[in-house]
Amino acid sequence: MGREISLMRPIIELNNLTKYYGKARGIENVNISVQAGEIFGFIGPNGAGKTTTIRTMLGLIFPTSGSAKLFGLDCLKHGSAIRRRIGYLPSEVFYYDQMKVLDLLKYSASFFHKDCSVRIHELAEIMELNVQRKIEDLSYGNKKKVGIVQGLLHEPELLLLDEPTSGLDPLMQKKFFDLMVAENKKGVTIFFSSHILSEVQHLCTRVAVMKEGTVIKIEDIDTLRQDNYKRVAVKIKSAAIEQFAMAGLTNMSRDNQTIRFLWKGNANALIAELARNDIDDVVIEDPSLEEIFLHYYQPVGP
Amino acid sequence: MNILLFEFKRYWSSLWIWILSVMAQLLMFMAFYPVLAADAALLDLFLEHYPEELLKAFGMGGELSLATAAGFFAFTFALAQLTLAAQSAYYGFHFMSVEERELTADFLYSKPVERHHVIALKYAAALLALLLTNVGIWAGTFLALAWFGGEAPIEIWPFVSLLLTVPLFQLFFFSFGFLATAATKKIASVMGPAVGVAFVLYMLSALRRIVGGELLGILSPYYHFDPNYILVAGEWSLRLTGISLFFIIAANVMAVRLFLKRDIYSAV
Repeated sequence: MGREISLMRPIIELNNLTKYYGKARGIENVNISVQAGEIFGFIGPNGAGKTTTIRTMLGLIFPTSGSAKLFGLDCLKHGSAIRRRIGYLPSEVFYYDQMKVLDLLKYSASFFHKDCSVRIHELAEIMELNVQRKIEDLSYGNKKKVGIVQGLLHEPELLLLDEPTSGLDPLMQKKFFDLMVAENKKGVTIFFSSHILSEVQHLCTRVAVMKEGTVIKIEDIDTLRQDNYKRVAVKIKSAAIEQFAMAGLTNMSRDNQTIRFLWKGNANALIAELARNDIDDVVIEDPSLEEIFLHYYQPVGP
Repeated sequence: MNILLFEFKRYWSSLWIWILSVMAQLLMFMAFYPVLAADAALLDLFLEHYPEELLKAFGMGGELSLATAAGFFAFTFALAQLTLAAQSAYYGFHFMSVEERELTADFLYSKPVERHHVIALKYAAALLALLLTNVGIWAGTFLALAWFGGEAPIEIWPFVSLLLTVPLFQLFFFSFGFLATAATKKIASVMGPAVGVAFVLYMLSALRRIVGGELLGILSPYYHFDPNYILVAGEWSLRLTGISLFFIIAANVMAVRLFLKRDIYSAV
């Protein structure tokens, strides 16, 4: 019943959240609202402020101004109650090296006052994790698996994942994504930070783009891909690049007889433009998020 | 409770070494006493050849003669205090900073536990370890006196009075370390500062014995809980104990306040 009620309101509400480390900017006026059941992507280059935002939500660091509410509760006043319902996977995982994996997972479970032993073994089996080994003997990828299991073992309602796939091989990444989809189907909300756009593209329904501490765009993944750019490749016998110089056309390049560019605008105008030329072949397709957001990632010029 | 047990287990691997070291220190030094006491006149003559300042610096040449069991024990106990100080300061520097130094803080503080509970339970685990060391020093003292205290009857109350100062002495150094870590962004190493604090405050007390006055002594718990004074007087100095207590309370209040507002350091 509790979960049905929580579906009625945002799970995450960040209002003008700002964090400065002394004079150094962490994040500035971050406003994000994530609904229950969403898989929300949080992308941006290194140093954009993704980790700072997540660590502020967890109460690990204190905001300079603004507020963060999770499940309708203020992160500063109700930190413990909030964290009881959260699973967190940091981007860099560090655990008590002298412990066995199973002991660490049991210690982690002890904070939630519930029997998680069945779930621990289920998750360890999915992630192919040997729980009898010592933490110090594990590779980084295996430590990351420990992180995934400890983040999920108490069956949280919200997952905060900070670049969760770094260190995992492609097979494990796929298993991890399958696990996330399964958790999401059970009603778990997922807040997924990454600088790898393709994985956000596969998993998330909405995405916020961070750059230099601020959110510069929040959009549905589908909207972004459908309403924005198309990637066009035109094979043409003899044409100068200048022939295609028209509004809405960017990133143009020529490779022998093929001209490639990104197109944003009315599709009819593009077709009309192409029809004016003697074309051998044409490919029009959706660009990757990487291409769409590339310009966001460029540093601000002087 | 899970944090308390977990933390105490982490202390256990090295705790018994600290306890045995303090006990061995007391027993080994006191083992020399019967030989020296057998020829007390020669010992006094031997010490007369050393400069008075040097003897004072090492806590000798006071009201208690080294030829007496109490006098020799005061000298022995002062050295054991150095070990106790190093251990207590080490725990003080270590118990909260370890999570940030070893980058496990994100794991611990992202769990559903309030920060003041983490501090309280980690504090309790460290105090339990210090308490067991305290038991060791009581056992070491009574064994040393029983085995090597000589034939002359020993008045036990001054020794009990001295041993009762140990918890406050330990807390002074522990609190110093706690406050230092709370006030510092990140402590890179722990043993160096801990031993440094133990020695510097010892040297302050030694310097005070040479130059006289009380200003330097007020800064040093070795002077607040001076074995020579307590074994002679059979009681503590209320004023100096009050200064220690004030420092312990103030340091702990400040350290807790700083830790409650602290941004947890991370590797990223």
